Amino acid sequence: MQQHIVSPEVHEHHTQEQESLKTAGFWLFLVSDTLLFGTLFATYVVLVGHTNGGPSGKELFEIPGFVASTFLLLTSSFTSGLAVLQMQAKKLSGMIFWLIMTLLLGAAFLYLEVTEFVNLVHEGANIGTSAFLSAFFTLVGTHGIHVTVGIFWCIGLIFQLRKHGITTVTKRKISNFSLYWHFLDVIWIFLFSVVYLMGVM
Amino acid sequence: MSPHSDSHGHGHGHHEEHNHGSLKSYTIGFIISIILTVIPMLVVFNGLMSRTGTLLVILVTAILQLLVQLFFFMHINEGEKPRYNVMALVLGFVIVITIVAGSVWIMSFNSVVQ
Repeated sequence: MQQHIVSPEVHEHHTQEQESLKTAGFWLFLVSDTLLFGTLFATYVVLVGHTNGGPSGKELFEIPGFVASTFLLLTSSFTSGLAVLQMQAKKLSGMIFWLIMTLLLGAAFLYLEVTEFVNLVHEGANIGTSAFLSAFFTLVGTHGIHVTVGIFWCIGLIFQLRKHGITTVTKRKISNFSLYWHFLDVIWIFLFSVVYLMGVM
Repeated sequence: MSPHSDSHGHGHGHHEEHNHGSLKSYTIGFIISIILTVIPMLVVFNGLMSRTGTLLVILVTAILQLLVQLFFFMHINEGEKPRYNVMALVLGFVIVITIVAGSVWIMSFNSVVQ
């Protein structure tokens, strides 16, 4: 019977090892997601000139809109980092506060993106208008879906935090969420640069 | 960016909990990111440079900002060794660059065929 008795320290150490393995797995997911976006970027760059007589990015993109989106997402990447700092300081309420800020900034970003898409479609620039627009909506839309998933994930995590507090498991979950959110900001930097800035220059 | 914190973190041994960043490093990363976002905006919106120059500024600032996020926010220079996440990431970058550059290159022959 003796070998079945595991001391709490050993158990805790074991959990931590499992959790860090899960974070490693999450990194692999992020890398595979990078490949997904890589192929979508390649498609976009190849098709950007194929407007089929329709509007080009220069005529469609609204500068104030994508500049605001960029700063919203950049700030939310920062606030998700602040949430992780609060977690390390073991301050639950501060952590939830910064997670909610991250959430709100992400929601504002998403609102701008949906408005942009609706306006484009009303102007007659929908996903079927040209190869350029097909590639544009797929690339930017895929990022938008990722942000949407992140927002729901974050809401779920806030509920778990309120229920369980800061444990080894919730810590790992928040760290992974924060990685995911920084990753989405990195993708947006390239969307901002390659799609929008190069589109309006 | 990375070497100083790397050697610092290594001296502590494995069992100490890794302290991922500080308020200072996050704030510095945030400020650098804002600067790196504003630079290409100014260049593009005011038409300060030639076409090639503008493209170069946009790409260089984007890549620098990628590095800022990776080091200041995602802390890829921390964590236990061997860093399989960094290896996977480097492989990912190689594949992405191959896909993007290869697609652009091969499709540039489109006009020759037609």
